[in-house]
Amino acid sequence: MSVKYTKDHEWVKLDGDTVTVGITAYAAEQLGDVVFVELPDVGKTFDQGDEMAVVESVKAASEVYAPVSGEVVAVNGALEGEPQKVNESADADGWFVQLKLTDKSQLDDLMDEAAYAAHIS
Amino acid sequence: MRYLPLTPADRQDMLKRIGVSSIDALFTDVPKAAELDGPVDLPPHQTELQVERALAKMASENTAASSVPFFVGAGAYKHHVPATVDHLIQRSEFLTAYTPYQPEISQGTLQTLFEFQTQVALMTGMDVANASMYDGSTACAEAVLMAARVTKRKKAVLAGSLHPHYAETTRTSAKYLNIDIASSSPDLDGLSGIADAIDDETACVVIQTPDVFGRLHDLTEISEKAHAHGALVIAVFAEPVSLGLVKSPGEMGADIAVGEGQGIGVGLNFGGPYVGLFACKNDRNFIRNLPGRLAGETVDADGRRGYVLTLSTREQHIRRDKATSNICTNSGLCALAFTIHMTLLGEKGLTTLAQLNHETACDLADRLDGVDGAELLTDTFFNEFALRLSKPAADVVDALVDKGILGGVPASRLYPGAGLDDVLIVAATETNTEDDLAAFEIALREVLS
Amino acid sequence: MSMNTQGRPTRIEHDVDPGGYEETLSGSRGLDQAEALLFERGSLDVTGVDLPTPKGGKNRLGGMKREGQIGLPGLAEPETMRHYVRLSRKNYAIDLGLYPLGSCTMKHNPRLNEKVARMPGFADIHPLQPEKTVQGAYKLIEELAHWLMVLTNTPAVAMSPKAGAHGEFCGMMAIRAALDARGETGRRRVLVPESAHGTNPATAVQCGFFTDEIPADETGRVDMEAFKAKLGDDVAGIMLTNPNTCGLFERDIREIADLIHEAGGYFYCDGANFNAIMGRVRPGDLGIDAMHINLHKTFSTPHGGGGPGSGPTVFSKALAPFAPLPFIVKTADGAQLKMAENTSDIDGLDAKPFGRLTAFHGQMGMFTRALTYMMSHGSDGLKQASEDAVLNANYILARLKDVMTPAFEGTCMHEALFDDRFLKDTGVTTLDFAKAMIDEGYHPMTMYFPLVVHGAMLIEPTETESKSGLDRFCDVLLGLSEAAIAGEGGRFKAAPVHAPMRRLDETRAARSPVLRWTPPADDPQVAE
Repeated sequence: MSVKYTKDHEWVKLDGDTVTVGITAYAAEQLGDVVFVELPDVGKTFDQGDEMAVVESVKAASEVYAPVSGEVVAVNGALEGEPQKVNESADADGWFVQLKLTDKSQLDDLMDEAAYAAHIS
Repeated sequence: MRYLPLTPADRQDMLKRIGVSSIDALFTDVPKAAELDGPVDLPPHQTELQVERALAKMASENTAASSVPFFVGAGAYKHHVPATVDHLIQRSEFLTAYTPYQPEISQGTLQTLFEFQTQVALMTGMDVANASMYDGSTACAEAVLMAARVTKRKKAVLAGSLHPHYAETTRTSAKYLNIDIASSSPDLDGLSGIADAIDDETACVVIQTPDVFGRLHDLTEISEKAHAHGALVIAVFAEPVSLGLVKSPGEMGADIAVGEGQGIGVGLNFGGPYVGLFACKNDRNFIRNLPGRLAGETVDADGRRGYVLTLSTREQHIRRDKATSNICTNSGLCALAFTIHMTLLGEKGLTTLAQLNHETACDLADRLDGVDGAELLTDTFFNEFALRLSKPAADVVDALVDKGILGGVPASRLYPGAGLDDVLIVAATETNTEDDLAAFEIALREVLS
Repeated sequence: MSMNTQGRPTRIEHDVDPGGYEETLSGSRGLDQAEALLFERGSLDVTGVDLPTPKGGKNRLGGMKREGQIGLPGLAEPETMRHYVRLSRKNYAIDLGLYPLGSCTMKHNPRLNEKVARMPGFADIHPLQPEKTVQGAYKLIEELAHWLMVLTNTPAVAMSPKAGAHGEFCGMMAIRAALDARGETGRRRVLVPESAHGTNPATAVQCGFFTDEIPADETGRVDMEAFKAKLGDDVAGIMLTNPNTCGLFERDIREIADLIHEAGGYFYCDGANFNAIMGRVRPGDLGIDAMHINLHKTFSTPHGGGGPGSGPTVFSKALAPFAPLPFIVKTADGAQLKMAENTSDIDGLDAKPFGRLTAFHGQMGMFTRALTYMMSHGSDGLKQASEDAVLNANYILARLKDVMTPAFEGTCMHEALFDDRFLKDTGVTTLDFAKAMIDEGYHPMTMYFPLVVHGAMLIEPTETESKSGLDRFCDVLLGLSEAAIAGEGGRFKAAPVHAPMRRLDETRAARSPVLRWTPPADDPQVAE
């Protein structure tokens, strides 16, 4: 499954009918050292574009938006004790949330890797 | 003009360098309609001597607390502040420094704040304290807002014997935040009714001890009830010296302890500036929701221990409309005065000081209770108590002034129309001599006869 | 001749190589003394005060006596003095040098202020003393209020807010109360420029509003077209800083005021930058409804390491009735001044206070200092002060603009804003530049604020800097800029090296917060 990207620097990886969401390495770089991640409760539902999580560095707090509509089925509890995972491995171990999709077609609105690379340059 | 170093020649040189002919050219954005013909209608500049004289005249129309037997409390207390404190806070590097945003050149401020935070946590029996709020009343208000955030509930219950200024300030702060504030009528006896008001919707219960009438309250039972319902206990104190003798908020189960630090290091100052103390449990959710600045320990690039402002993402300059509070300033210099005075006192000094306060108040209570027409209402207290008088307390206080005594605060000043017109709130501290107490007793006897 | 038999050498050697010697045994370096925490220096049985021995016995604590140790170490007076003097020497201060923090107005703190504030008749009076014993205090508050109202051309002022942000809350609460009084429950949108200080949106939210950002135009001022497009009948008002946080006077301010009023809203002005215009422009003439004044910025009360402040808030006629309690009124016979503290004190007055902001009356200690400062300057001096503040900032702008990059074209008011374009491709960031300034003996300017400009550097010298002081400062900034552009990035990245500490790890402080000292587990002083 290829990874999709939002213009707000979230990445989305599809697996069946759930997606894993995180922020891109570029975003993590811009943010600086991550000190805290505020994750939603499991079971909460979001519409595409809703504020879903907050990621904090020393000097900034940024909202993370739901790239697609869905219900939270898992959150990355490891980030509580080790927020630096977001800097070290934004694309993998630094994942934030897993959502059960309500509308797979929303993924078509998102960018592919090449489009995202163009977006950030 | 003694504070303006530029000379007319400087100004000319500078205008030339900027490339304009006059200072007016730098104010061209000002709308024509708002331009003035000359200076505003206020007196012109004056010499130091003239200013000092004018202000000394105003000062002379006030009766300084040290000049008469003085027993006024109800939220601010006269204690002796050692000369060292005032000397140190006037050092240039403390007085004229700014918020420690550049920690490499602000370790003086940051380390003293870290010491302050530790002292406040220890005194209140809590785990963590912030770098101060404006004063006790705004600290109380912020504590209620914090409890609402932490519990995600919308009801706060305030004890009737919470200082009315604190209660009003809390109501005003919460007015448009959908927090329902319930308080009982001023209660001379205890905390009747407050336990019944706690339910599963309650975010917090706010109780002052010693309360505004000086009475002590053991919060242990209320804390148990509150916690059983998932509500937080906010303990409030207006007299920090009491923490040297009386059970601490932490010991009694408080989740948040707030109060006024003025009694240590700061002086009366006619109501401000004061220093708000704010402490809480070491719970991650609490700490992320704390208002105000926090100094934290870290290391520098060479591995040496140092201090920085931390967890700043709670604050307005980063979080803006989602901040835990809009507060920017703390009470820096007053917090420093508190810290220095506490350093001089130490454990032994604070506990001795508190003991002296209590003993003086006990002596005074005995004397005044023995005056015909005066009856002691508060049987347990630290250094402040309430008397019921045979005449309106406001009139008695006025008459006492004519006899050269500043004899306490009439409850009617804080609770007008609440049926407390005959109640007088009296404070005694280590600054009251035996002669003071005798003079008060005699004068009160005369006024009430 | 007689011989010197002491053997004390008198000649110095000029070529001795210090040979990389950096660490001292003590951790101190000459006059910069290493100083541990109070908790590591003091002890529980030491006290620096002498107190009479308590009599013991009597106890009316009702069983509430505190048992067990608190854990508070003390130091004797000489050690206390050393502890805090040593710590003080690790601070930069206005008294030491130029403190160019934009929008903070780090002007000289006159010492007459301190003398007056400490007069017993001001410092040693209690807010709840019988009012006939504090008439001089009330007169002082009234006098200061008068000066503030004349300087702003407004009819009312709330004296109780304890700081600038508190004053913002005061102003916005009055606006909310006024809207409620008009039954306008639909007005909850507050317009705020994107360059606004964080306290503005934080305050608006606390009054039950939400904010809507207005972009700036290419001159750094409110984009009027965008502003007009955002007007509507759900607008409660606007929060505008003037001069704004880019150091520029909002030239359309009267139009903004008129449009906001026409739309049914109110105009809150953040007065943090009043130093640019005091004595020369009156915000009341610009159409404001409420404005807070930072006595600790514009009127020289000391910054004290972060506070205390004082934020009196002036009001237009429309908002005056909603000013909070308490405030001073005259007694019926006009002979005395009284403090209206409770709603029962305002019967018969046109007053609908929105509430009470704080216990007691306000920051008297700051009132005495501010009035002393104002009377010292007078109307002519205050006008000269604001003109010199604007002159000094423009002089800095003129000297630096060909090397550093001003954010906007044209002249500025009391502060000059630069961005980091001049550091492009040098590898040196605004942060690095600031840290290099520390090594040069200057406190850095405000960095990364306002947010509308990349790598912002906001410089406010104030009027209390001499021309030669400004020239030395500009010489250093030019030198640093040239060094960065010439590729000498190393010194910036390593900076500061001459300060009491190197750069501190703020990430670690936030990830693993240590907010107090804790006794080590094996500390013999800790009771079981």
